[in-house]
Amino acid sequence: MKMAETVVKIEGVGKAYRIGGLHPGYATFRESLGGLIAAPFRRGKGGGRNTLWALDKVDLEIREGELLGIIGHNGAGKSTLLKILSRVTRPTRGRVEIHGRVGSLLEVGTGFHPDLTGRENVFLNGAILGMKRAEIRRKFDEIVGFAEIEKFVETPVKFYSSGMYVRLAFSVAAHLEPEILIMDEVLAVGDAAFQQKCLDKMRDIRQQGRTILFVSHNMPAVTRLCRRVVLMEAGRVVADGESQEIVNRYLSSTWKTSALREWGDGEGAPGDAVVRLRRVRVCDERGETSAAVDIRRPVRIEVTYDVLEEGHVVAPLVELHNEEGTEVFSSHDTGAEWRRRARPRGRYTSAVHVPGNFLAEGSLVAHVSIVSHFPATILRARESSALAFQVIDRQGGDSARGDYTGPMPGVVRPLLDWTTVVEHAPGAGGTTDGTRGRSADGR
Amino acid sequence: MSVKTSDGSSREDVSAAPAPPAPAHGAAAATPGGTRAHAHSVPRVVIESEETGVHLNLGDLWAYRELLYFLTWRDVKVRYKQTLMGAAWVVIQPLMLMLIVTLVFNRFARLGAGALPYPLFAYSGLLLWTFFSTAVSSSTHSLTSNSNLITKVYFPRLFVPAAAVAAGLVDLSIASVILAALMIYYGVALTISLALAPLFVALLTLFALGVGTLVSALTVKYRDLRHALPFLLQFWMFASPVIYPTTIVPGRWRWLLVVNPLTGVIEGFRASLTGEAVDRRAVAVSAITAVIVCALALYVFRRTEDTFADVI
Repeated sequence: MKMAETVVKIEGVGKAYRIGGLHPGYATFRESLGGLIAAPFRRGKGGGRNTLWALDKVDLEIREGELLGIIGHNGAGKSTLLKILSRVTRPTRGRVEIHGRVGSLLEVGTGFHPDLTGRENVFLNGAILGMKRAEIRRKFDEIVGFAEIEKFVETPVKFYSSGMYVRLAFSVAAHLEPEILIMDEVLAVGDAAFQQKCLDKMRDIRQQGRTILFVSHNMPAVTRLCRRVVLMEAGRVVADGESQEIVNRYLSSTWKTSALREWGDGEGAPGDAVVRLRRVRVCDERGETSAAVDIRRPVRIEVTYDVLEEGHVVAPLVELHNEEGTEVFSSHDTGAEWRRRARPRGRYTSAVHVPGNFLAEGSLVAHVSIVSHFPATILRARESSALAFQVIDRQGGDSARGDYTGPMPGVVRPLLDWTTVVEHAPGAGGTTDGTRGRSADGR
Repeated sequence: MSVKTSDGSSREDVSAAPAPPAPAHGAAAATPGGTRAHAHSVPRVVIESEETGVHLNLGDLWAYRELLYFLTWRDVKVRYKQTLMGAAWVVIQPLMLMLIVTLVFNRFARLGAGALPYPLFAYSGLLLWTFFSTAVSSSTHSLTSNSNLITKVYFPRLFVPAAAVAAGLVDLSIASVILAALMIYYGVALTISLALAPLFVALLTLFALGVGTLVSALTVKYRDLRHALPFLLQFWMFASPVIYPTTIVPGRWRWLLVVNPLTGVIEGFRASLTGEAVDRRAVAVSAITAVIVCALALYVFRRTEDTFADVI
């Protein structure tokens, strides 16, 4: 294959919106009647004080076959950029050159009419997305089959379940076969099985050499799927590079206090007259504070605290919760060194070492406490949600995920050993069926 | 920028790529690829900023022509789905109006209508007027009622008001059945000039398209136009020879009928039914006005179209 061509070239694109005023966005007839006569339909050239630049001097080149992730906070300009690329709105400044048809899955189901049947909506929606009638007719069975709504094609879509509705909408858009596909949070819809189908479809689309722009807040998915990620902030592209690196940067900028929390030396820190928390942080194996850790690598949670009064047996305690609020584990210091020894006064740093290939991917929140034992267990200091970080799985094949790309359930994701022996091999030389043991298939 | 010579390039690519931004190609000038599903005719799209001005971009309309059909088909289908009498409504509306005005103007006020029996006269006028006013008001509302589409997907927005007009045309043809029935009932002799009737309908459609598109574009920006429209339309109906013949209008008010482009269309349509001579001057006024309004509408629409998604 030749070197990849640039399929999307964005040059100095800016988009200004008028803000404020009595009627933001549109004027009343009376208001602009005078201006209308003087200069018909003059529009704001931007730069005024009521102007918000949703996008500001964005330059970006996207190559053929690339799966580019676009991340950033709400309001960073991601949606505006996608709207310009899908030609919904025109940029105020700059220029975009696109080679190929752009299909967008901005919000699936746009253009579905509730009173029309599934069949009618497939044709209507296909036409809106830019498909020819003949093309839709040719792909009709495939579209309906993919959405699994064969039995309901003649039913008005208002009687569909939300799952059916979304599946059909996604299916139409996915069969558009655009050269450039824009996906905005589509993976947030549907059940796990359908999400898997979507991911497979995305992979198919990519294997055909098509380009995908993937906008998502789902960092594990972005890191897993995209090699290149662009980070947007306040209408600009602030970082562009290898996905893990950019996602890390985004997460640490998002949660400045989350991977690291410090209280200083004062009385304001959690604790009592005996112990006081001073600092907690999440770090990788090199000791660097990190809000995003690779699933395969160990992670360390450090707790720094002052023992202010002598004669107590003190033990830090870390509880880890996942996104659903399920407690992954609770662990306190049982190390032999300080197990039953009263601490002298001073500053200590304890760390709990969580092995690699143990936590499941996703967001984790740590509650940090310090207890004292003997005679009774007393909770001395506690900080709920003291830390937060992300565990990120890669599609490298060497994590518990293997080659599987879909969502994986489970509170932990250990990389376990699997063995397979051939019990019976029909025919000659037959080591065919039973030998492909993939951990993900074990369910 | 280097010259691209990939096999995916289109003809336009070769000529346009080395040159600096070519305004002639327009904003978002998609190469209308009939076979876009195939990887070897990749369309090239250039999106220019608002600063580069207005582009009519008619090629895009052609590339998306099937969408006009689908939008019209949707409007028609949705309108008649789940209504008890379906298409009967299209007939009932002008028919009831005709009965009322016949009663009031013909029976009570003794208004005559020249060559045509008054009910037929009134029905033919109301048929055209109902089409016109429905087309204008539904295309005015079309952009705001399709805002979910406009803010999400690209397609030539011109098709939204155009589909509203086209859907009205479907209604018109259904309601024409009654017109034919009335003509038979009153024993109107068929002449060769009846062949002109579709031309007047076409002229009216063009005019409705122009007015509807213009008003719809303006409505996006100036929402109060929506409230003014029903009133304006009502005024317009009484300023047109819909339910009265031009002959009853006193001389000093005649000019109003002359400048009204609907006069030529409605009167011409009626003349084509009876075989009378068509007032060429009035028809010329209608045709010229329709063309000018359409051109203006296209310009204004294109001018505001790109920012619909931002203000709708």
